[in-house]
Amino acid sequence: MKQHPRLAAAIFAFAFTVPALAQQKPIPIVGLMELSGTGATAGTNFDNGVKLAVKEINAAGGILGRKIEYTSMDTQSNPGVAKALAQKAVDQSAYVVMGPVFSGSIIVSMAETKRAEIPNFTGGEAAGITQQGNPYVFRTSFTQSTAMPKVAKYIKDAVKANSVAIVWVNNDFGKGGRDMMAKALDAQGVKVVADIPTDPGQVDFSGAVLKAKQSGADALFVYTNEEESARALRELKKQGYDKPIIGETTLTGQKVIELAGDAANGAVAHVGLTVDAPQPTIKAFDQKFQGEYKYKSDHNGMKGYSGMYVVKAITEKIGKTDSKAFAVAMKGAKISTKDHPGVLLDVTFDQNGDLDRESFLVKVENGKQVVTSTLPPAAAK
Amino acid sequence: MGEFVQLIVSGTATGSIYALAALGFTLLWQASGTINFAQGEFVMLPAFAMLFFVSFIGAPLWLAFLLTCVVAMLVLGYGFKRGIVDPLIRHGVIPLVIATLGLAIGLKSIVKAGYSAEAHPFPSPFPAGQFVLGGINVSYADIGTLLLAGLIVISLQAFLNKTVTGRAMQACAQNTDAARVLGIDVPRMVLYVFLINAVLAVVAALLVTPTYLAKFDMGESIGLKAFFAAIIGGFNQTRGALLGGVLIGILENLVGFYVSPAYKEGVALMLFMLVILFRPEGLLGKIEERKV
Repeated sequence: MKQHPRLAAAIFAFAFTVPALAQQKPIPIVGLMELSGTGATAGTNFDNGVKLAVKEINAAGGILGRKIEYTSMDTQSNPGVAKALAQKAVDQSAYVVMGPVFSGSIIVSMAETKRAEIPNFTGGEAAGITQQGNPYVFRTSFTQSTAMPKVAKYIKDAVKANSVAIVWVNNDFGKGGRDMMAKALDAQGVKVVADIPTDPGQVDFSGAVLKAKQSGADALFVYTNEEESARALRELKKQGYDKPIIGETTLTGQKVIELAGDAANGAVAHVGLTVDAPQPTIKAFDQKFQGEYKYKSDHNGMKGYSGMYVVKAITEKIGKTDSKAFAVAMKGAKISTKDHPGVLLDVTFDQNGDLDRESFLVKVENGKQVVTSTLPPAAAK
Repeated sequence: MGEFVQLIVSGTATGSIYALAALGFTLLWQASGTINFAQGEFVMLPAFAMLFFVSFIGAPLWLAFLLTCVVAMLVLGYGFKRGIVDPLIRHGVIPLVIATLGLAIGLKSIVKAGYSAEAHPFPSPFPAGQFVLGGINVSYADIGTLLLAGLIVISLQAFLNKTVTGRAMQACAQNTDAARVLGIDVPRMVLYVFLINAVLAVVAALLVTPTYLAKFDMGESIGLKAFFAAIIGGFNQTRGALLGGVLIGILENLVGFYVSPAYKEGVALMLFMLVILFRPEGLLGKIEERKV
C-alpha cells in the first residue's frame, strides 16, 4: 500500500485545527431588556452597562480567549414578550442570559432559562425571584429583604419618624417592596398610617399625594419605578409636601433626578449602587460610561456592567463555558474588586442567587446624588 | 370636603387638556369630515419640538412654544392636510382612519428612533407650589392650566362666533355647498381648521408634558381620551368636546382617589360606552341626518 505522508499530515493538522477554530467562536450572551414601555429607562441603562462591559472585555481579549457576542432584545416591558424572548435566547444557545430588569418579567421568563439550564442574571429586586428554588437565577442588585430593613432602620433612627405613608407601584416589584417594608417598619415599631397603591405607568399622582398629606405621617416612603418616581416627586413638590421623602434605589436614580428636576432635591434613598460613591472602581466606571454614552449612568447601568464582569470572573474560575458548571460555581462565590475591578464592589453570592455587598445612603442636593453614608454588607453585621 | 374640591379643581385642569385635544377632533370632523387617530401623536410631536428648541437652541420656553406653533401649523396643519387628508378624503372616511392610524405608528417610531424610548424632562410653564384659596389648597400649575386652556377655548369660541372668518368656517362646517354658493373660499376655511388644530395640539403639549413627561408613546393615552371626550360631549359640537374632556378629567380623579387608581384609566371608556348606548349623539351633540 502506497503511503501518502502529505495527506496524513494534512488530515492530522485538520483534526487538531477544527476544535481550535471552534474554541475561537464567540460566546453568545443574550440580553432581555426593557428597551421600550414603562421600563425603558431601567432597561436601556442596564443594556448600556452590559454593552460597555462587553466592549471592554472583548478589547482585552475576551473571556478565555473568546470574544463575547452580545445581542439584546426588547421585552417592551411586557412579561409575555419577555418569556417568548427567553425561549428565543434558549434557541440561540445562549451561554448566559442578562435581564429582564423588571421583577414582573423575570418571574415569568426565568422558567424558560431554568428549563434550558442557562444562568440568568436579573436586575429585578422582588424578594420572590430567588425564593422559588431556581438554581439558575442570579441577582445584580440587592433583594428587597436585604434592603428594606436598612431603610426602616434609617427611618426610625435618623428621621425619627413614628409613622410612615407608603406610596408603592402595584406590580411584582412594588408589591414585594411594600410587603418587605411594612414588615421591616413593624419590626422597628414604626406605624404605616397610609398604604397607597399606584398603577404601573401612572401619570397623575395628585390623588396619591393628597392621601399621603392627609395621613399626617411623619415621613413618606415612595417605592415606584423610575418614571413614576419622577412624576410622584413632581407632584409632591407641586402640592408643597414638606415631610421627609425616602425611597429605595429608584427614587434617587440619575434618570429620576433628571426627570424630576428640582423636585428631586431633598429626597433620600438607600441605594445598592451609585456612580457618586467614593470607590475608585466606581469612579472609573462613571468616567468610562459617560465617555461612551454622554450621560451619567443610574444604578441599572452599574448592575448590567458589574453583572457582565461577574460572568467573566466565574467563567474564568471554572475555565470553560459550561452553563451548568457556571451555575454551580455561582453558589457561595466571592468576587473581589482586587482581582476583577469590573464588579465595582466586593460581592458575594449565596445559595439562592442573592448577592451581598456594601451599600449607600444618598440624598439629592442641587440635582446631584450625595452619598451621606456607606453601609456595610448585611453579612458583616 | 376640602379634598373633594381639590380633586375637582385638579381634575378640571387635567380635563381641560383632554378638551383641547378633543376640540381638534370635533373641529376637523365638522370642517372636513376627517377623523384623525393620530391626534395624540399630534400632541406628542410638539412636545419634542419644544424640547428641541429649548435644549439645542437654548430658547426660553415661551419662544420654543411660539416657534413650535409655526412649525406645527406647517407640518401638522398644512402638511397633514395636503399630504394625507386631501388625497384620501375623496375615498371616504375609512381609508383616512387607517392612514391616520398608520401615521400615529410612524410618528411614534420616528420619535423613538430619534429621542430613544426613554422619558425626557419637560419644563413647566407654571411655578411649583400652591396657595390657599377659600381654605382649599390649589396648585399654581392647576390654576395656570385651567386659565390658559380656558383662555384658548374662549378665544376660539369668540373667533368662531364673532369674526367673519369664524362664521365662514362655521358655515362650511354646517353646509359646504351652501357656503360655496355664498362665495366662501371653502378650501381656505378648511385649511384654517387644520392650522387651528395644530395650535391646539401645541398648547395641549405645553400643558400636559410636564406631568406626562416627553415620551414617544405619551400620545396614546391623550389621543384615546380626547377621542372619548369628543364622543361623550358630542362629535359635532365644540362645546361638547369641552364638556367631555372636563368630565373625564374630574371623574378620573374622583375614582382614582375614592375607589382605586386601578380603575382610573377605565373611567373614560365606561363613560364612552354609556353615552354610546343611551345617547349616541353625545351629551351636547345633535342628531345628524344624512341622505344615503
